[in-house]
Amino acid sequence: MSQDIAILGVGMHPWGKWGRNFVEYGVAAARVALKDAGVAWKDIQFVSGAATMRCGYPGYVAGATFAQALGWNGCEVNTSYAACASGSQALAAARTKILSGQCDVALVIGADTTPKGFLAPAKGYRPEDPDWVRFYIGITNPTYFALYARRRIDVYGDTLEDFAAVKLKNAEHGSHNPNARYRKLFTREDVAASPMVADPLRLMDICATSDGGAAIIVSSLEYAKKIGKGNAPRIAAISTVTPAFANELVEMPDIATDSAAVVDARSFRAAVPAKAYEEAGVSPRDISLAEVYDLSTALELDWIEDLQLAPRGEAAKLLRAGDTRVGGRIPVNASGGLACFGEAVPAQALAQVCELTWQLRGQAEGRQVAHAKVGITANQGLFGHGSSVIVKK
Amino acid sequence: MSKTTVPAIAGWYTMDAGNPHLIGTRCKECGSYFFPKLTTYCRNPACDSDEFEEVQLSNRGHVWSYTNASYKPPEPFIAADPFVPYAIAAVRLDHEKMIVLGQVVEGIGVENLKVGQEMRLVLETLHEDGDQTKVIWKWKPV
Ligand SMILES: [Zn+2]
Repeated sequence: MSQDIAILGVGMHPWGKWGRNFVEYGVAAARVALKDAGVAWKDIQFVSGAATMRCGYPGYVAGATFAQALGWNGCEVNTSYAACASGSQALAAARTKILSGQCDVALVIGADTTPKGFLAPAKGYRPEDPDWVRFYIGITNPTYFALYARRRIDVYGDTLEDFAAVKLKNAEHGSHNPNARYRKLFTREDVAASPMVADPLRLMDICATSDGGAAIIVSSLEYAKKIGKGNAPRIAAISTVTPAFANELVEMPDIATDSAAVVDARSFRAAVPAKAYEEAGVSPRDISLAEVYDLSTALELDWIEDLQLAPRGEAAKLLRAGDTRVGGRIPVNASGGLACFGEAVPAQALAQVCELTWQLRGQAEGRQVAHAKVGITANQGLFGHGSSVIVKK
Repeated sequence: MSKTTVPAIAGWYTMDAGNPHLIGTRCKECGSYFFPKLTTYCRNPACDSDEFEEVQLSNRGHVWSYTNASYKPPEPFIAADPFVPYAIAAVRLDHEKMIVLGQVVEGIGVENLKVGQEMRLVLETLHEDGDQTKVIWKWKPV
């Protein structure tokens, strides 16, 4: 029995700093997706929402919040929270319902409004909280990405010019994406002039946070056929694996890794797509394009290797050869990536799937990857959350 | 009147200024090390132990990676005024096979660091607090 489900429709509310309620972005995205799918809201049997932690109680019960805003239709609801992987977990919940025969067609939806200023930990003296400890001793979010980036320079020979090239490439891609927040082209001089935040990363190497919303209508293959969409792109895998002890990387908000004294160290980032490849029965050689979580420019290069699109340490070679730009052998972040979107946590993993869907349908105007057949997404967030989704024709 | 020197986080490191150590725990069953101290249930999925012994971790290791903070972090970080940028190192302890983050001592910038170089643990001021000097572990090139 096929474990695939069909993507009938996708929609987004453009990313930005709009300052409005997150529900508005989610509902706007859902309406676009419903229209794209040709499915009426009243026919949706399951709403699977990705939660936001930044918008109070309505955000914690996002699935129901969106369902109410669309007009209660009596369907079942679910809300998932999994940091950066929230959208993928919401998608996985819908897939489980569909594959178990409990529903035919579902709406998956995520949206966020970013707060103003720093997301600092709660006040007081709280050494039992690792997040408090790391800020107390002066370790911020960019520290971690800078450590990974510096290691690429010292171990693999990557350069600041390579990191800038990732920024320029993604800016070029995003300039053709109407849903991207930043659509401006940059020069190497622009990047070099941007202030150093955490050596070797400059402000322009690090992604911002944004408001945005994304929605996807998924269904059983039978339902897709029934409404004349038997050829719709399919979701062939959703991986949401956790790390395996001993996790080799020091990850936010920790100040130390697991000890690999008695168990070998293992890479979490590599494990996330590995499970997706296995589930889909797809090899890295089959991949037409990838959407990866470029929280920093250098992190995109790490992902290329974790996705096995290049041997370890050789992602910059692909970049320099132009392989990872649209028109190249294996385009990465054809959407413009986080560099052009800024992170809207519960919507971001879904936005990646939206882009793959448009690409596989041949609708990514201005940034279309020729002959796109199989796409993969990858992201990773706090507390052992990560996801990878494979979409195929 | 001179200030008294106290740990910024009590119980996380020994206070012998000449040769300080981070204090972690070691699982009595499987031998995995933990820092900060773990005293509840072992995190090695193949081990169901709940018994740990407190151990002093190696106070030397090799740089896994490094960076700096060019801008003042938000609270609870307490910055000097004006803010002085500092380097940060991720140092791998060879015996425990774990990476521990920490600031690098004052006066050492990223231009003085390299992946693989040997570092040792020292105590240095994190911030002043009334008549107390709060010290934290930092990494210093050997
Ligand atoms: Zn154990």
